[in-house]
Amino acid sequence: MEPAIRIQPGKDRQVLVCRGTGCESQKAKVIFDNLEKELEKAGLSGSVETKYTGCHGFCQQGPTIMVMPAGTFYCNVTPDDVAEIVQTDLKGGQPVERLLFLDPKTKDRVLTFRDMRYFNPQRRIVLRNCGFINPEDIEDYIAVGGYDGAKKALSMTQQQVIDNMKASGLRGRGGAGFPTGMKWEFANRSVADQKYIICNADEGDPGAFMDRAVLEGDPHSVLEGLIIGGYAIGATKSYIYVRAEYPMAYERAIIAIDQAKKKGYLGKNIFGSSHDFEIKVKLGAGAFVCGEETALIASIEGKRGMPMPRPPFPAVKGVFGKPTNINNVETLANIPVVMTKGGEWFASVGTEKSKGTKVFALAGKITYSGLVEVPMGTPLREIIEEVGGGILNKRKFKAAQTGGPSGGCIPAAHFDVPMDYENLTQLGAIMGSGGLIVTDETTCMVDMAKFFLTFTQKESCGKCVPCRLGTKKMLEILTDVTKGKATLEDLDQLVALAEDVKNGSLCGLGQTAPNPVLSTVRYFRDEYEAHILKKECPARVCVRLIKFQVNPDKCKKCGQCASACPVEAITWKKKEAALIDSEKCIKCRSCILACRYNSID
Amino acid sequence: MDDKLTLTINGISVRGKKGQTVLEVCRENSIKVPTLCFHPKMPPYGGCRLCIVEIQNMRGLPPSCTTPATDGMNISTHTDRLFKIRRTVLELLLAYGDHNCLMCEKNSECELQNLVYEHGIDTVRYKTNFVPKPLDDSSSMIVRDPNKCVLCGRCVRGCLSVQVNGVIDIAARGSDSFITTFNGGLLNDSNCAFCGECVASCPTGALTQKQSRFKGRPWELKKVQTTCTYCGVGCQLELNVKDNEVVKVTTDPELGGPNQGSLCVKGRFGNDFINHPDRLKVPLVKKNGHLQESTWDEALKIVADKMGSIKKTSGPDSLAFFSSARTTNEENYLVSKFARAVIGTNNVDHCARL
Amino acid sequence: MTNSIEELENSDVILLTGSNTREMHPVISSFIKRGVVSGKTKLIVADPRRIDLVDFAEIWLRQKPGSDVAWLNGLMHVIIKEGLYAKKYVEERTEDFEALKKAVSTYTPERVEEISGIPAADIIAAARLYAAAPAAAIAYAMGITQHINGTDAVKSVANLSMLCGNIGIESGGVNPLRGQNNVQGACDMGALPNVLTAYQSVTLPEVREKFAKYWGVSSLPEKPGLTIVETIDAAAKGQIKGLFIVGENPMISDPDLHHVEEGLRKLDFLVVQDIFLTETAKLADVVLPAACFAEKEGTFSNTERRVQRVRKAVDAPGEAKADWEIMGEIASRMGYKNMKYASAEAIFDEMAKVTPSYAGMTYARLDDGGLQWPCPTADHPGTKFLHKEKFVRGKGKFHAIEWIPPAEPTDSEYPLILITGRVLYQYHTGTMTRRSEGLNGCAPECFVEINPVDAQKLGIANGEMVKVSSRRGNLTAKAVVGEMTDVGAIFIPFHYFEAAANNLTIAALDPQAKIPEYKVCAVKVEKTK
Repeated sequence: MEPAIRIQPGKDRQVLVCRGTGCESQKAKVIFDNLEKELEKAGLSGSVETKYTGCHGFCQQGPTIMVMPAGTFYCNVTPDDVAEIVQTDLKGGQPVERLLFLDPKTKDRVLTFRDMRYFNPQRRIVLRNCGFINPEDIEDYIAVGGYDGAKKALSMTQQQVIDNMKASGLRGRGGAGFPTGMKWEFANRSVADQKYIICNADEGDPGAFMDRAVLEGDPHSVLEGLIIGGYAIGATKSYIYVRAEYPMAYERAIIAIDQAKKKGYLGKNIFGSSHDFEIKVKLGAGAFVCGEETALIASIEGKRGMPMPRPPFPAVKGVFGKPTNINNVETLANIPVVMTKGGEWFASVGTEKSKGTKVFALAGKITYSGLVEVPMGTPLREIIEEVGGGILNKRKFKAAQTGGPSGGCIPAAHFDVPMDYENLTQLGAIMGSGGLIVTDETTCMVDMAKFFLTFTQKESCGKCVPCRLGTKKMLEILTDVTKGKATLEDLDQLVALAEDVKNGSLCGLGQTAPNPVLSTVRYFRDEYEAHILKKECPARVCVRLIKFQVNPDKCKKCGQCASACPVEAITWKKKEAALIDSEKCIKCRSCILACRYNSID
Repeated sequence: MDDKLTLTINGISVRGKKGQTVLEVCRENSIKVPTLCFHPKMPPYGGCRLCIVEIQNMRGLPPSCTTPATDGMNISTHTDRLFKIRRTVLELLLAYGDHNCLMCEKNSECELQNLVYEHGIDTVRYKTNFVPKPLDDSSSMIVRDPNKCVLCGRCVRGCLSVQVNGVIDIAARGSDSFITTFNGGLLNDSNCAFCGECVASCPTGALTQKQSRFKGRPWELKKVQTTCTYCGVGCQLELNVKDNEVVKVTTDPELGGPNQGSLCVKGRFGNDFINHPDRLKVPLVKKNGHLQESTWDEALKIVADKMGSIKKTSGPDSLAFFSSARTTNEENYLVSKFARAVIGTNNVDHCARL
Repeated sequence: MTNSIEELENSDVILLTGSNTREMHPVISSFIKRGVVSGKTKLIVADPRRIDLVDFAEIWLRQKPGSDVAWLNGLMHVIIKEGLYAKKYVEERTEDFEALKKAVSTYTPERVEEISGIPAADIIAAARLYAAAPAAAIAYAMGITQHINGTDAVKSVANLSMLCGNIGIESGGVNPLRGQNNVQGACDMGALPNVLTAYQSVTLPEVREKFAKYWGVSSLPEKPGLTIVETIDAAAKGQIKGLFIVGENPMISDPDLHHVEEGLRKLDFLVVQDIFLTETAKLADVVLPAACFAEKEGTFSNTERRVQRVRKAVDAPGEAKADWEIMGEIASRMGYKNMKYASAEAIFDEMAKVTPSYAGMTYARLDDGGLQWPCPTADHPGTKFLHKEKFVRGKGKFHAIEWIPPAEPTDSEYPLILITGRVLYQYHTGTMTRRSEGLNGCAPECFVEINPVDAQKLGIANGEMVKVSSRRGNLTAKAVVGEMTDVGAIFIPFHYFEAAANNLTIAALDPQAKIPEYKVCAVKVEKTK
C-alpha cells in the first residue's frame, strides 16, 4: 500500500511528519521544526531527510511521525517527544516504545504501520500518496508516477479515454454514484465554443473529510484527474470549488497549480500537446447546498448558491451557460490510477456494480476513528471491528449511519452487509460521500435524526417550499418527540411530511433531507413510540425524558458515576448503590456515559 | 428542420414547439398547471414546486416551468401524488405566514388565495409558532410585508432580470430566508429607484403600493388603459379609478405598447397630481392687477375680444402661440390650426427644444 | 427614433450620448441594460457626467461639455483612416462622402483629445468597437442637442451612423430619446413655426393651398413664424403684443428667466391655459383651467413614432375643460366656424386627412398597441424602423461639419461650466411632479453637483449651501460633492422654481434649430455666508 517515495540523494532515512489539518492543529509545525533542530544537533542532517506530508487518515492518533523505510509509526507525538525519537530511534536504532501504536485487541505495541490493524485491511487507491509525499512538491508526485496518467491520456483519443473510464466502472464519489465515464460522454457530446470541468471540493457532510485529506495530501492527483477529464470532454477551463473552511486545501491547490504551470502541465499546449488547460480555484462560502451541482455553478458565477431544476443538465448548460462536467475530489483522485493501470484493472477491485474502493470517514462510538479506504463490498462488520477496532467501552453496536445528513442507518441486523451502492440504497441508507457514524445503545435514534435534520434545515437554501418549510415543520415535530410532547398522530404527520419533502423538493438536499428520519422510523420505530407513549428515551439522551435516578436493581455499585459527576451531585459509598441529588444535578449526562451497566434511568 | 413536437398530456395528444417548456405547452393547450413563482416576463425559477408534473421515464417530479418539452413526452399534470404535494406546499406557506385575506390589500387578486381555494384547502394541518416580523413602510410608495411573502423570488427577478437594478435579493438560508435590500436596510435607505416592478410581480400582498392602500378593493376599481403623461417612451398603463378618482396605476404586458409591462417611478407613483387640490377649477381673470375667479363666458369673451383687437390693430404676427409637448396630438393640431387659420400667423411653437 | 425601443435590447453596440437614460427614460434604460447583461450588447457611453449607465459600459468617453462634434468627427476619422466603414453601403446609399472624409481628416485622435479631453486611445477603441458591430444603434438626448451647434452634432451623429451602414437596419439607427410625452406628436402636428403637420413646409404654396382648403380659409401665412425664444425676445421689444400659452411654463423652462419675465410682462395680453397656476400663469391676464391627460380623449406620439391612445378615466375637476374644447369655443367666438368638434376622434380624423404619415390611422386601429408612423394607408402596418431600403430623401447625405466652441467660454470671473438637466423624480418644470407626494419626497430640493477637487478649492463641504452665479442671475442650493461631474463643471437640475437653473443659463441659440445652449454656460460658485 505504500508508494516508492522519493528520497534526497545521499540520505538513507526519512522522517515523515504529518501536517494535515488535524495534526497541524496539534503543533505539527513545531514538531517538524524541532525535528530539524534535533537532527542537526545529533549530526544526522546529512543522512536523515525530513519531509512533511498530508493526512494519512489516522487523525485520532495524531500528530504522527513515520520513520522510513522502516515504517516505524509514532502516535500522539508532542514537540517534546522529538528529541527522544531522534536520540533513541534515529541515532540509537531503538524504537520509542511508549509512542508506538497499541493494538486494542492484543494490547501489544506495534512497530510499523504495515502491521497496524488500522491500516492492514485497507486498500489505498485514492489515498495512495497521502501521508507519504510532500503535497507542496510536484517532484514528489512525479516520482511516484504522477502525471503518467495524464500523459497517457493525451496520447489517446478522447473517445478512448472515455471508453477506458467506462470500462473501469468508476462511479461518482460525491454521493449519487453516477458512472463517471457516462458523465464524461454526455459532456463530450455537447457542442460549444467553451466547456468547463469542475472539481467539487465543497465537502459539506458533517464528519466527512476525505476530500480535504486528498487536496491537502495529494493535490496533484486531483489536478491530474481534471487534466484527463478536461481532455476527454474537450474542456480547456477548469475550476476547483473549495470551501473557505479548508484554507490549507485551498493553499495547497494553488501551490500545486502554480508548480504544474511552471512544468508546462497546465496552460497552453500542456505536455507539449495541442491541448490547452487552465485551472482556477474558487472559494466557496461554506454553504452545504453548494455541493449540489447547479448551486455550485451559480456560486461560481457569483450568484447566490441556489440550485436550478434539471434538465437542462450541466453537461448541456452549466457554468456561464456552457457545457460543464463536475466531478468530486475523490472521484478525480481515482482517475490517474484508472489511466495508468487501465479500466479493467480498476474494475477488478470491488463488487459487480460498485468498482474500486471507497474512503469512509469513520466516526462515532468506535475505538479508532479516521479515514479508511477499503474495496467496495467490504462488509460493514470488517470495517468496524477490524479497521476501527470495535465499539468503544465494550458497548453493543446499534446501527451505522452512512451518507451523513442525506443518508440513513444500517441496523445491527445488517451488520454483515457488503458496503456498496446497491446494498446501501436497498437498506434505505446511502453511500453518500462516505460518512460512517457508528452508534451504540447510548445513541438515541430520534436525537440523531434530529441532529441531521437540524443541519439540513439550517443548510436548506430556502428556494423551494418543501425543503424550506417542510424540514422546519419536521424538525418541530422531532423536537416535540424528544420532549415527550408529541402524539402518534404527530408521528404519522412527520412521516407523511417527510415523504412529501422527499418527493417534492427541488434538489438533492431537500430530496434526501428526510432520509435520516425515514430510516430511523423504519428501523427504530419502537424508540419513537417510547418517546411518545412512555415519555422515555431508551438511550437516555433526550434530557427532558431522563429521570436522572439510579436504578438500584441494575446498579453494580462501582461508583463510576460519582466520579464522573462534575458537580458532586452523586453520593456513593462502597458496596452501596449511588444516589443522585436532583437539586444539584445539572443533567449533563456524564454519569450515564460513565455507567457501563445502563443503570441510570 | 421541423420544430413541431407532439406530446401526450393527461392522455391527450397535443402539439408544441421546440424550445418551449412543458408549462408553455400546457398553457398553450389550455391545461391549467398551478404556478406561484412563475412569471412570464422572467427566467423560470422552479422554486414553488406547484407546477411539478409526472413525466414518463423521468426521475422525480420535474417542475414544468423549467423542463424543456421534447417530442414524445408523456406528461401527467394532475395526479393524486402531485395534488398531495401541492397541497402540502400550500399548507406550509399558510402555516408559516400571516395570510388573513380580510386585512389584505390583495384580497381577490392574490395568487396564493386562488391556489388555496382551487386546492380545496379549508384547514391547515400544521400548527406552528409563526412569529410575525415588522413591516417596512419606510418609503412613501411601497409597503413590504415579510409576513405575506412566499419567497417566490419574483420581486428579485423583476428587479434584477427585468429592470436590471438588483436592489433586492434573498438573504440568509432555509426558513430564515428573507428578501433584503442592497445594504440590508429599509427600502427607503437603499438604492431603490421605485419603479415598482417588484410590486407588480408580487403574487401576494407582500408588496403593495402605499398610496393606494385602503383606497379601493380590486373589484371596485375600474381600469382605464391610457398612455403615460411623462417622458417620451409612451408607456401603456391602466388608471385604476374609484369614485371619479385615480387611486392607483398598474400595467400589464398584455396592454401592448413599448413598455412591455414595465413602468418607472413617475408613471407608477407620480399620478397623484391629478387629484391635487391646487388644480385649476374655474377660469381666472386679472382684475385690478389680481387674478380673480371668473366664468367661462366672461373669460372666453375677453380672450376672443382681446385677440381680435390685437390682430386688427397690430396685425396677425403680433400674436403668438405656445403649444405644448404635454397635450394631445389633436390639441396641438388645433393650436396650429387656430394660429394659422383663425389668426393668420405662423407664430406657433412648443417646448420641443427645452 | 429611426428605430424602435425594443430593438435596443438586440443591438450589438449602443453608443449612448447626452442621455442620462436611467433617470430620464428608465424604461428604455432597462432594454439597454438587459442587452448588456445578456452579453449581446456592448455599450459605449459618451457623457461628461458619470451617469449610472457608465457601470454597464465597455467604454466611457468623458468629453468636455460642448465638444461633441469634435469627438464624433474623431470617431469617423479613425473609422475612415482604418478602412472600417461600410464601403458598399456608403457607395450605394449615400452621397457627399468625400466632403465628410475631407472634413474629418483633421480630427485626429490627438487633436480630438485636446478639444474634448477624451484620451486618444479611447477614441480609437470606441471607433473600432462601434464600426465592428453588425448592428450599432446611437441613442442620444438633450446632451447632444442643447448647444449652439446642436444641429451640427445631430448631423454628426447621423454621419457616423450612415458611415457604418447602421441606418435602415434593425437594432441600428439614430435614436433621439424624446423627453416629453408628446413632443414627437407636437412636432408631427405642426406646432412649429415653419411647418404644418408631418413637416409640410409653410413656404410651399401647394401645402398652404391644401390646408387652406381643408380649413376653409382663403389663404395661410407663408412667412415662417417665431420660435419660443424668439417670441420672448420679440415680446420684450414690443413686437409681440398677445401671447396664448397652452400647457407651457416658460418662467421655468426657458433660458435666462429674467429676460423671459421682462418679455411676458411687456405683453398687452397673456392667456395661459393649464392644469395648475404655474409661475407663468401667475403673470397672465386670463387663466383657463384645462383637463389633464386622465380626463380626456386623444392621442400621444412617443419617441419611436408610435401613436397611442389617451383615454378618459375621470372627470376634470370643477369647470376645467379639455384644451381642444376650449380652443374650439374661442375660435367660434372669433367667428371661425370650422373648429367645432364632437369629439377628439373627429379632430384626429380631420388631421389624418392632411397628414400623410398619419393618413392610415384611426382610433379603432390604434386600439391594439398603437401604430408607428409612417402609416400612409388604412392597411399599412406602420413602420418599425425608417429608411429600410432607401432613405426618405433618396440618398443619405453626409454633412461636412466643423466643430465650434461653446458660446460662453469660462474665464477667471466665471471659471466653471454649468450643465443643466433633470432628475428621475421630477419632470420638466415640476408642475405635476412637485405636487406628487412620493416623487417630490424623493427629490424635494435643488442641488449643485460639484467635483471634490473644485469643492475643496472653494472650501465647500457636501451638503453646504452654495450660491451659483452667471452673468445673468444667481441661485442658492445645496452642494452635492461627488464624482458625477468632472473637475471644472457643475450640474444643476432645472425643475425647481425656488432655485431656477434657468436664471443662470444663456439664451444663445443654435442658428438652425433655435435650441438654447443649456448644456454649457460659465458660472461661479461661492459658499453662502
